[in-house]
Amino acid sequence: MAGLTYPLSDGSRESVSTTTGRRVADVTLAAVLAGEIGPADLRISPATLRLQAGFAEAGGNRQLAENLRRGAELTAFTDDELLAFYERLRPGRSTAAELEELAHSLDERGAGSCAGLVREACAAYLRRGLIEAE
Amino acid sequence: MRATMSTVDRDAGSLRAAFYATRPISRDNLVPEDPSLGLVAFSSPFDPEPSLAVEDGRVVELDGTPEADFDLIDEFVARHGIDVEVAPEAMALDTVAFARMLVDPAVPRAEVVRLAAGMTPAKIAKTLALLTSVEILQAIQKLRVRRTPSIQAHVTNRVDHPLLLAADAAAAVALGFRELETTVPVLRDAPSNALALLVGGQVAAAGALTQCSVEERTELELGLRGLTTYAETVSVYGTEQVFLDGDDTPWSKAFLASCYASRGLKMRFTSGSGAEALMGAAEGKSLLYLEARCIAVTRAAGSQGVQNGGIDGVNVTASVPGGMREVIAENLCVMLHDLESCSGNDTLMSSSDLRRVAHTLPLLLAGADFLFSGFGSIPAYDNAFGPSNLNAEDIDDYLVIQRDWGFEGALRARDDAELLALRRRAAEACRAVYEELELARFSDEDVDACVVAHGSLDVPELAPDLVPAIGERIMETGLTALDAVRALAARGYETEAERVLEMLRQRLLGDFLQTAAIFDEGMHVLSALTDPNDYAGPGTGYRMSAGRRAEVASVRQVWQRTDLLADQTAAAGCVRLAEVGPARSRVRPDEVVVGVSPAFAVEIWAALGGLTVAEVLRQVLAGIEEEGVASRIVRVGHSIDLGAIGWAAARLSGSGVSVGLQAKGTALIHRADLPPLANLELFSIAPRVTPELYRGLGRNAARFARGAAPEPLLLPESSEPLGPKYHARVVQLVALERRLVRPGDPVEVEAQWPA
Repeated sequence: MAGLTYPLSDGSRESVSTTTGRRVADVTLAAVLAGEIGPADLRISPATLRLQAGFAEAGGNRQLAENLRRGAELTAFTDDELLAFYERLRPGRSTAAELEELAHSLDERGAGSCAGLVREACAAYLRRGLIEAE
Repeated sequence: MRATMSTVDRDAGSLRAAFYATRPISRDNLVPEDPSLGLVAFSSPFDPEPSLAVEDGRVVELDGTPEADFDLIDEFVARHGIDVEVAPEAMALDTVAFARMLVDPAVPRAEVVRLAAGMTPAKIAKTLALLTSVEILQAIQKLRVRRTPSIQAHVTNRVDHPLLLAADAAAAVALGFRELETTVPVLRDAPSNALALLVGGQVAAAGALTQCSVEERTELELGLRGLTTYAETVSVYGTEQVFLDGDDTPWSKAFLASCYASRGLKMRFTSGSGAEALMGAAEGKSLLYLEARCIAVTRAAGSQGVQNGGIDGVNVTASVPGGMREVIAENLCVMLHDLESCSGNDTLMSSSDLRRVAHTLPLLLAGADFLFSGFGSIPAYDNAFGPSNLNAEDIDDYLVIQRDWGFEGALRARDDAELLALRRRAAEACRAVYEELELARFSDEDVDACVVAHGSLDVPELAPDLVPAIGERIMETGLTALDAVRALAARGYETEAERVLEMLRQRLLGDFLQTAAIFDEGMHVLSALTDPNDYAGPGTGYRMSAGRRAEVASVRQVWQRTDLLADQTAAAGCVRLAEVGPARSRVRPDEVVVGVSPAFAVEIWAALGGLTVAEVLRQVLAGIEEEGVASRIVRVGHSIDLGAIGWAAARLSGSGVSVGLQAKGTALIHRADLPPLANLELFSIAPRVTPELYRGLGRNAARFARGAAPEPLLLPESSEPLGPKYHARVVQLVALERRLVRPGDPVEVEAQWPA
């Protein structure tokens, strides 16, 4: 995917693939009607998100790039997992130990930036007295 | 109310004051500044002085607070929101000098944005407080992210009627809205609303983004299933207490932002001043300073944009002095952080029409990525967010104001027939999808009513549990946008199926994750990267194309020349003025000469007020006759000026008195011994002159002729604006008069009345 330029919709549909490895150009109405495309084929791939992160960074928005890279990590998780993780980060939902456990599991599945965000949150929540250690 | 001496109560105050109390503006409640409650627009005495300390690349003090005392917001901004490379230079910059850089077109946008990235919220709030409203607008023109302004619609109704939502979504896109936002009175309805909007939103054109504003978790789930294409209701707040009351933290919101990114969904945060004061936890800080904190959190979390500019708290902001200047300053603050600005104007801010337009107009002139974060495209009563500042009732006004000022308001007028056809297709497509997916069945009567409806009061009631049941079924069966694509195609809506599928494909490409991204109707992505704002002074930046200017100029209220002159054709031939020779001079001492203008009963047959010229003339002549005075008619061909016409006729009159008549109905009494441009009596406001008044004018002319006192003639009292209604027509009529002007002396004419 190196060498692709923004916008990807303009000339790169043959080169960009879904998480399931299908080319975007092949996600056609005919393929949908033939039952060849399922919801899993409609998930943006981590590689594409990293590419977009690069475009954002080149455009001067480092934080947007970081967000897109965290997004790339989160493509590995199911919708239900994401909803659960989000829930655990909300105020008063978890103990520090539980947040550390969440960070650890994120790390294990290649989501290091997200794990870092959770650890940072945990420290801040503890310092502000929002959560218990155990 | 009319008082006589006997009813005046000397203690009750003036009638003018009593009148003011009935004005809509008197229903708005304003408050004095009260910093302790956060009721101060700019520069509260409790706002911190800007400061920043960085050690080894780590922020250890932010706006007077040392690291150990950081609250959640300070901490998050310190860790993610400050460009520590730029910070020393940026924080050392004199605030006035930076404020001038915002305004100066010679300072590139990129330079301003680079420096702002190294500034703290207090530094930015202090800078913005220095700007006048016009300076803020000038800065907005330069600093908004996208060159091309766009606009978002609210599409909702009281009963969450899916077919009505689909029809209204199609109509909104036809008008030019590129984002559609819906919400629900009842959470269980949300999936149905999202689906109806997804289908209806792709009928009129490709590429409109749709969202369903509900509680964070549900909103995310709808997005994950592809039933929405972006999210906006990811709220952040400027104090820790209110952030926690909102059941989130900066980290949970940042994580949520990444969840949306992971599924290729566009997302922006929501803030807006006044929320903290409304929640009773503003910590005494100014509205702008707290908003600057919200925007700093947003940038730090990596959200590409912000919805702000009052929003739900706009009435708090509007209640304090300078509130509206604060609102545009917070829009500017978003742009300064290089974020997409979705600029509010989405909450009814006053009972006064004047005041609500005064709130919105300035931003329209300057231009924003989204001029509204919800123009109510539906009637105010159907807006489930509560009425927007402008609603369906106001769309024609908006289009005319857009035409007046020539700003890019991103909307266009559409013929009713076009809109009806699109509404029908949308309602039928939505019905087909709901049937195909076994969600619900709707009758032809339901479709027909939704197609022609102004709002939900015009459609048959739905069974009370129908929409919640549809919503639950969508959630239980795991239905996704892919099912909608299949259903559309199966029922013959291939264009819409392709468009919905293209929105799903765009999620695979991720182009619309970039800042300020939208799709135009040709599915080109316009974003910070493809359509950057390049304003650098006059002659640069966004300018309308000739085609777009023509579209903006074409509004329903434009009357073509043929429309303006239609009533002339209808009245043609109502009287014939036959020329019988050169005008005679002073035939008898007891006469009034009536002088008529060049086009009177030649090309102009109806006066502005709707009377035929025959009726005008007949009444004047009858009035003269009633006083026992003789009359003659002359045509004055050398001038269209009523004074000149009357004076020429007066000089021919044996009594020295004349009546002058312009064909459009303006009339006067003149006398030969007066200067040409003077008169004895004048009806200058032709549309308000009645037959009785023309008759009275004739009588008075006769009275002057025989030395009697005139009777008082009063036009009926009215404050109806006549200029807007008649002046375009006057221009056409005067042009007809002007074309028939001929040099030479007046001509004697005889009126021949048709049988």
